[in-house]
Amino acid sequence: MRNRIAHWLQGRGFRDVIIGLPYVWLLLFFFIPFCLVLAISFGSRTPTAPPFGYGGDHPWISFVGYSRLLHDELYIRAFLVSLSNAATATVLCLLLGYPMSLALTRVSASWRNILLMLVILPFWTSFLLRVYAWMGLMGKNSWFNGLLTDAYNLLTPAGWHLSSIPMMHSNFAVVLVMVYTYLPFMILPLYANLERLDPVLDEAAMDLGSRPFRVFLDVTLPQSLPGIIAGAMLVFIPAAGELVIPTLVGDASSPMIGRVIADEFSSASDWPMAASVAIALLLLMVGPMMLYTHYQTKAEAGEEP
Amino acid sequence: MTDPFIRIDNVSKKFGTFQAVQDVSLTVAQGEIFSLLGGSGCGKTTLLRMLAGFEEPSAGQIFIDGQDMAGVPPWQRPVHMMFQSYALFPHMSVEKNVGYGLKHEDMTAAQRKARVAEMLELVQLTPYGHRKPHQISGGQRQRVALARALARQPKLLLLDEPLAALDKKLREHTQFELMSIQERTGVTFIVVTHDQEEAMTLSDRIAVMDKGRVKQVGAPTEVYEYPNSRFVAGFIGSITAFPAKVLAVEGDMATVLVAAFQGEVQARAVPGLSVGQEVTLAVRPEKLVISQVRPEGANVIAGQVKDLAYFGKDSLYRITLPSGELISVHSVNAGRSAGGRPDWDDQVYLSFAPAAAILLVE
Repeated sequence: MRNRIAHWLQGRGFRDVIIGLPYVWLLLFFFIPFCLVLAISFGSRTPTAPPFGYGGDHPWISFVGYSRLLHDELYIRAFLVSLSNAATATVLCLLLGYPMSLALTRVSASWRNILLMLVILPFWTSFLLRVYAWMGLMGKNSWFNGLLTDAYNLLTPAGWHLSSIPMMHSNFAVVLVMVYTYLPFMILPLYANLERLDPVLDEAAMDLGSRPFRVFLDVTLPQSLPGIIAGAMLVFIPAAGELVIPTLVGDASSPMIGRVIADEFSSASDWPMAASVAIALLLLMVGPMMLYTHYQTKAEAGEEP
Repeated sequence: MTDPFIRIDNVSKKFGTFQAVQDVSLTVAQGEIFSLLGGSGCGKTTLLRMLAGFEEPSAGQIFIDGQDMAGVPPWQRPVHMMFQSYALFPHMSVEKNVGYGLKHEDMTAAQRKARVAEMLELVQLTPYGHRKPHQISGGQRQRVALARALARQPKLLLLDEPLAALDKKLREHTQFELMSIQERTGVTFIVVTHDQEEAMTLSDRIAVMDKGRVKQVGAPTEVYEYPNSRFVAGFIGSITAFPAKVLAVEGDMATVLVAAFQGEVQARAVPGLSVGQEVTLAVRPEKLVISQVRPEGANVIAGQVKDLAYFGKDSLYRITLPSGELISVHSVNAGRSAGGRPDWDDQVYLSFAPAAAILLVE
């Protein structure tokens, strides 16, 4: 009996199961739901439950959702705001995260563990709680806002003085909180990439006449491109579809796309419209994802001796 | 007197409490291939890194072509290094790797291209210019590293274990290629190696290092035939050593009593020997003549064959001496028949010329 189990574990059948599991998972929890959303996006809105339908008074396939998407300024603006906020947050995360990741590779092993711990530590507190904390900090009467206001007033002429800096309910607040939230997603893949680079290559470049900054540009930066792309994708994709942060700290008059989807689903009860927006967002994200996969495969192929 | 091309003056390096290099003084002439030979942790790599500028000496000075290197960063030194791992830039093609250092030279793009082509020609890699380092073999990578280090025409090329990563066949070939390239370019080479054979064949002179100190500097024949200490004698080639006591010194000949031989033998004297002094007598296996009949003359020891290894062109014998100690003998198989060659358990006589034995005081 035991031999038969061992035989089966080493055989093709077991291998197929192991390889097949992720596919089954993706089929159940990604592909089928995706097909459902896609199907809903071609339905028509009905005010009764379920809030969409086909046939009867409605056409079998309706493009109302997609056509509104292209013609209604609200959606186009929401997409633009989302993409610009997500892109800004990604660039800022990269600018902040790169030196931090690089520093992580240069410190002693004991310091490295402490610092890595600090990068991950915020995850131990509820995400919502941290957003609320930022709302407190950015609010008109907070000490943080007061400090920034004092600094601002000190540096500007009297006519420009403010009683407080209007941070809340703006794209600035959204980007700030997104950078704060997603920074670890930039640091961790970047660090994993930079840590694998051979420090002897830096020495070789220095030996051949390059100053340290030149070494960074010629040797470190190009080799860390896969890490940059991985980090950027991990920040950009969730940031573009972010719902909670713009809802809590954002400007309600120019909502991000996540908020639009949520509103169409709940308050407007327009499932086909919501589904159309969701499909459009997904298509927009597939491009960067493919870029990421392309670089990932290229990087892995490059490592083969 | 002209200043030596490279002068290392009383250089020491400490890492915390560890003394990696201790009071080393060396000079290297222009166009020389100079080897730093020693086991791991002997300080040879640290010395090399100080020459490259990756480490600053804790004490002492380094002069290259008359210029004091103190405080000169690696990127400003007229020194290039061929790293043990080759350290080729994986994201650059072979051409880009070779041309990397030329970016800092005042050259036109065409001149740079010509120089890269010239270097690729020198190492016979012209058809591989567009490949990436991971697309070429280990031996080719080694040549790319060499071409890259030579492209800017350094005054001094440092080679860190240049042949260690190659297999045996390729190593021999590359060794001669390195020597021929050195001859053609005229660049001074300092080679770090733990392989004594590599050091012997490659270098004009060798510095044998141990525990951060230089034990002996000399031409390969000098350090092999005239080692100045037990360490050097044992590190370079194989040798059998026995405690001995000086009985008499006459001119350049000394008579010593060797307990292991249960008799006295004659050996070439070294300066500063005194009668009654405890010394070491060392004999290299190939200096011993093995025979089954007792030869005439002095320096004959009787023994019995304990082990014998037949390699074809030669054989290695292990002979038990009357005292029970073992001595190795290397014998060239000049004749074709096995007859007449000593066999297991045969009674044999070993003899050696007085000049072939080494007396070691240190």
